Amino acid sequence: MNNFRKLLLTAAVFAAISACKNSSENNEEEQIQLHEETPTTQKNVQNEENVKFAEGKGIYTQYCVTCHQANGSGVPNLNPPLQETQYVLGDKERLIGIVLNGANEGLEVKGKTYSNSMPPFNYLKDEEIAAVLSYVRNNFGNEAEPVTAEEVKAVRENEE
Amino acid sequence: MKIMKNSSLKNGALAAGLLLFLAASCNDNPKNANSESAGIDSTAAENNTQLTLPEGFSATVFAEDLGEPRHLAVGESGKVFVKLNSVDDGNGILILSDEDNDGQADEKQGFADYGGTGIAINGNKLYASSNSAVFSYDLDEEGMPANMEQPDTIISGLIDRRQHNSKSIALDNSGNIYVNIGAYSNACQEQDRTKGSPGQRPCPILDSAGGIWRFRADKLRQTYDGNSRFATGLRNVVGLDWNTKNNQLFVLQHGRDQLHGMFPDMYSEEESAELPAETMYALNEGDDAGWPYIYYDQNKNKKILAPEYGGDGEKTGAPEAIDPVVAFPGHMAPNALLFYTGDMFPAKYQNGAFIAFHGSWNRAPEPQKGFFLAFVPFENGRPSGEWEIFADGFAGAETVESPGDAEHRPTGLAQGPDGSLYVSDDAGGTVFKITY
Repeated sequence: MNNFRKLLLTAAVFAAISACKNSSENNEEEQIQLHEETPTTQKNVQNEENVKFAEGKGIYTQYCVTCHQANGSGVPNLNPPLQETQYVLGDKERLIGIVLNGANEGLEVKGKTYSNSMPPFNYLKDEEIAAVLSYVRNNFGNEAEPVTAEEVKAVRENEE
Repeated sequence: MKIMKNSSLKNGALAAGLLLFLAASCNDNPKNANSESAGIDSTAAENNTQLTLPEGFSATVFAEDLGEPRHLAVGESGKVFVKLNSVDDGNGILILSDEDNDGQADEKQGFADYGGTGIAINGNKLYASSNSAVFSYDLDEEGMPANMEQPDTIISGLIDRRQHNSKSIALDNSGNIYVNIGAYSNACQEQDRTKGSPGQRPCPILDSAGGIWRFRADKLRQTYDGNSRFATGLRNVVGLDWNTKNNQLFVLQHGRDQLHGMFPDMYSEEESAELPAETMYALNEGDDAGWPYIYYDQNKNKKILAPEYGGDGEKTGAPEAIDPVVAFPGHMAPNALLFYTGDMFPAKYQNGAFIAFHGSWNRAPEPQKGFFLAFVPFENGRPSGEWEIFADGFAGAETVESPGDAEHRPTGLAQGPDGSLYVSDDAGGTVFKITY
């Protein structure tokens, strides 16, 4: 790569990063303004959801992002996507089970199989698994009911 | 066998060239280019693809819409054999012919009822692999497989546990065939890819995987054991080739993943995106490249003890393991190696190594890297200079966040009888042809 292209690339990456920062800051501001205008009970619910969403995103970034990627696309042939798949949107117990136990059976997702093994994440707390699954079920174009810590606990106890 | 006279093969490339035709006020487009199937940007007058190449080189889209082409091989007849990752429309291997020699295939045929990666031609034999076996075909005078429906099974029972299951192949000039059997694991932990799970010593995977096995190319129904193992301690090799200058097998290892994910206190995300090196080894029989106990750090130029085995990112290990002859930045996934023996390209390239980098995924959340062809100059069977990017622009974007966003991912390399270089791409389903 010549120096000019390096420079261009650096500029592009920098611009992209600044854009991301700006947009997330803007979002936070919007959310704060929104809260000030909402009645107290709704505000609390909203706040709680925001905190959970942030927590879920943090857990996703720490444990999931490398394989499933920032946009939930996964990696062709290796790691399955999380975008609008039945495994993510469907039966919550099955989804919780995959996170607790991992998966190394070559599950078929949207007609394709993926070769990497997923490790068990049973060392995460019920609340953490609930948060990350709620995040995944409501991100990457997904829209589904959140997962609660009680639901995670029930699956965990059922398996023991 | 299916034969499809396929003029649409050419349409995408022609559409990209359409602007050039118009600019040159070309009245007659004899091929009736279809502008709907563009997607290929023209960057240079002599190059009708989006690829960027050194001066004097040009590229064509030889064929597209091929499914997931993995490796490819070109016969003396000029026919291009493409191994598909999975059976598509009943075919696991495609034969592409360019009868009018305009750089674009005009005939496509298919055969073989198995998917896979490996394919190679040696003399009048075609070899191809599934993820558990290797088959051979006799090529007739026209360079066509005579026994398409009844291949000889030369090797079977190769371990396939999904992870790293592609069985790449290479042949020497003494009747041997070399097969990669990748380790079904990242770092041979008790529980694969699980934070806190210790590394196993000895690693039990190495008895039947994580190395290169050698077989006879003309013997039927071979299975494998420790005796046929040629080299060990190789996590996963997808690209390999026989160097005819010094009669030696060279392989490219995919280095381990997830240093940060498994050991966040030891490796930052940035360090983990660059480490460990993707490595090229010159192998001798009995060599051990050290996986899973060490990885190669391309900045320190050292074999570093893997953290699953007590390493801290600094301690070295496995002094008996061989050193690589080239170390590339991490995770770029070298999927093909080709020693260039033609005379079409300038002297610099002759006998040197071309490498197809499939492009990374394990760098996330850092931007991905790779998606290009690299070149390493060689003299007398040894690297004689630094590696460089030879062909870029496959991804179709400067920054790739996720490998699924890349338009094309270089996967296989083959040399035509005239010295042209063919590149397969399993993301965009394309074969490119590069000439000088």
